Amino acid sequence: MEIVQLTIDNKKVVVEKGTTILEAAKNIGVDIPTLCYMKLDDMNFENKPGGCRVCVVEVEGRRNLAPACKTECTEGMQINTHSVRVVNARRTVMELILSDHPFDCLVCAKSGDCDLQSLAQKLGIREVRYQGEKNTYKSDESPAIVREMEKCIMCRRCETACNEVQTVGVLSAINRGFESVVAPAFEMDLDHSACTFCGQCVAVCPTGALTQRDSSAKVMDAIVDPTKTVIVQTAPAVRAALGEEFGMEAGTLVTGKMVSALRKLGFDHVFDTDFAADLTIMEESTELLGRLNAHLNGDKDVKLPILTSCCPGWVNFFEHQFPDMIDIPSTAKSPQQMFGAIAKTYFADQLKKERKDVVVVSVMPCLAKKYECSRDEFKVDGDPDVNLSISTRELAQMIRNANLNFEALEEDDFDQPMGESTGAAVIFGTTGGVIEAAVRTAYEVQTKKPLPKVDFEELRGFEGIRSATIDFDGLPINIGIAHGLGNARKLLEDIRAGKSQFHAIEIMACPGGCIGGGGQPYHHGDVEILKKRQRAIYEEDRGKVLRKSHENPFIAKLYEEFLGEPCGHKSHELLHTHYYDKKKKVEI
Amino acid sequence: MANIKLPAAKVEELKGVCKRLGNEGGELINALHAAQELFGYLPAEVQELVASEMNVSVAHVYGVVTFYSFFSMIPKGEHPISICMGTACYVRGAEKVLDEFKRHLNVKVGETTQDGKFSISCLRCVGACGLAPVVTVGEKVYGRVAAEDVKGILEEYR
Repeated sequence: MEIVQLTIDNKKVVVEKGTTILEAAKNIGVDIPTLCYMKLDDMNFENKPGGCRVCVVEVEGRRNLAPACKTECTEGMQINTHSVRVVNARRTVMELILSDHPFDCLVCAKSGDCDLQSLAQKLGIREVRYQGEKNTYKSDESPAIVREMEKCIMCRRCETACNEVQTVGVLSAINRGFESVVAPAFEMDLDHSACTFCGQCVAVCPTGALTQRDSSAKVMDAIVDPTKTVIVQTAPAVRAALGEEFGMEAGTLVTGKMVSALRKLGFDHVFDTDFAADLTIMEESTELLGRLNAHLNGDKDVKLPILTSCCPGWVNFFEHQFPDMIDIPSTAKSPQQMFGAIAKTYFADQLKKERKDVVVVSVMPCLAKKYECSRDEFKVDGDPDVNLSISTRELAQMIRNANLNFEALEEDDFDQPMGESTGAAVIFGTTGGVIEAAVRTAYEVQTKKPLPKVDFEELRGFEGIRSATIDFDGLPINIGIAHGLGNARKLLEDIRAGKSQFHAIEIMACPGGCIGGGGQPYHHGDVEILKKRQRAIYEEDRGKVLRKSHENPFIAKLYEEFLGEPCGHKSHELLHTHYYDKKKKVEI
Repeated sequence: MANIKLPAAKVEELKGVCKRLGNEGGELINALHAAQELFGYLPAEVQELVASEMNVSVAHVYGVVTFYSFFSMIPKGEHPISICMGTACYVRGAEKVLDEFKRHLNVKVGETTQDGKFSISCLRCVGACGLAPVVTVGEKVYGRVAAEDVKGILEEYR
């Protein structure tokens, strides 16, 4: 290893050759402001186009200022990160960026969570001396993501997320000079592109250029409508992140406070998507074992590996990019949609309510869920099984609007029957969790023996692609896991090439799984936040009395009273779906 | 965006070019040059084809097409008019000539008339500075063009 020695702000520092000034400074606790730069360790995300020029520093003997994010340290460098020249340049750069940015911070969806705003504040920008032309673009409102490109500062983080991490490839810088902007091909709306609505572009956008489609006002309209019974379901990853919106430490579990807040907001029934996650496991593990046993019995046509299907971003991805493989994923609907289907049939019957008078709202860590619930196949006579999906961030905003002191709220429990869940359902919120939950149930169903150990450490972690062989009492089952669509692509290409040895694969579109979803509180580049959320999820699992989906007594009752058996006739009708080839064809 | 049907023979030819270029993203600009040569311009359908043949995203192809002024998404007219804006032509009044073409045809630079007959583009120096200002219509070169000549030139093609 070659090393170089240099000084930064008069402090000596020794680094490996190839280290940038920005990284070297960070090592010794010198914080150089950045804007376009973002690095997410463990996620294959590094964005440093060197475009914004906010991180410039003075290097003695060098004529011009150097961008710290892109300049490698060399032997004997003497660097000043806050000389008058540097500070003035940084302020000028910031003013130039702001000169082509709307001044509507007070009403911007990103206000208070905006990297551009925080930096302007940090640098103490009080006026913009440059007045000139401002760019205007048509706004683009898909069912999940809103693009207001006047607010784009061309940091290119969204492009890195979309193209390199997710390999979805719908965003690119287009045009040149002052006219340049990030857009889908032919400047079409996201809705018409191959966008998966994973929302990772929104998760990294430093400004209000990319935000979520906000449905919280519609939710309040439903709540105050006396003719409607409003049911809410909350996804597992929400409870591990919501607290951050109220200044609590990342990884603080706020399940009880969240339930309490939802009740105070006026929802008639506060239920848990985890209930439906247990239901998903019943269906998905039955499907897995069905295919597996058919394969073991010599059926050559059976599709293996089976792929999980609970992540709507992932579903969109394979429908657009791997349409030749749409018969491989499990046909089980996602927990959000299973919940909606049961709530508007079984539970509505219990309430003696008509379908049209029941409104199902979901709180999700996800933006693709907004799109998912709008899909036609999840509607009955035009009425969606899940009417509205809001993100963790939108729920936080609703709680603030209602003037609730979140931290002081007492802990409360979900309502029954659709609020009961097991630890297996909770871990749906993190990468590796769905397949672990499926294995817990599939093992006991297949071997008819109790699991020797509930925790499958070998399936956990943060690596992009993981694999493990689970011993089903003498039968080795090969499990694959991918999170982030770029990683999913690798496993899919192996399957297409006939090289895959897996029996079952779990795929989550977002890095980290749902804990890193596009609807979660902004991480601002800190991956540790996601890891803390992951630990919280496993902590909630450990604390549960019941940790296997098939042990959920309300699930057993649901099958007994209503559904019959997993993958039976009624289940197929209500809990399974089909996929569509959405690849755009070139007409020739 | 209207859907157009690409002629099969040209599609096959373009696929052949892409194959010779290794179907690899690094050769994208060369593939686009060939495509524009072949089709005259780069409509969305051609960009989609190039993207799939060169294994890059359509968004990326569109980004490249919109970055370089050489690439055009508008079909050229039956009689493409080019006005030289090189230094010699410019100082001898090329801009006035250009304005006159724009006025007569009611289109901007890079656009094509409604009837598809004429399109206007600018170029830099055709190597005939002695004839400045120079205008070409298709393959025909006009030298020492003045604004007053524009109407007459257009009449030749109407």
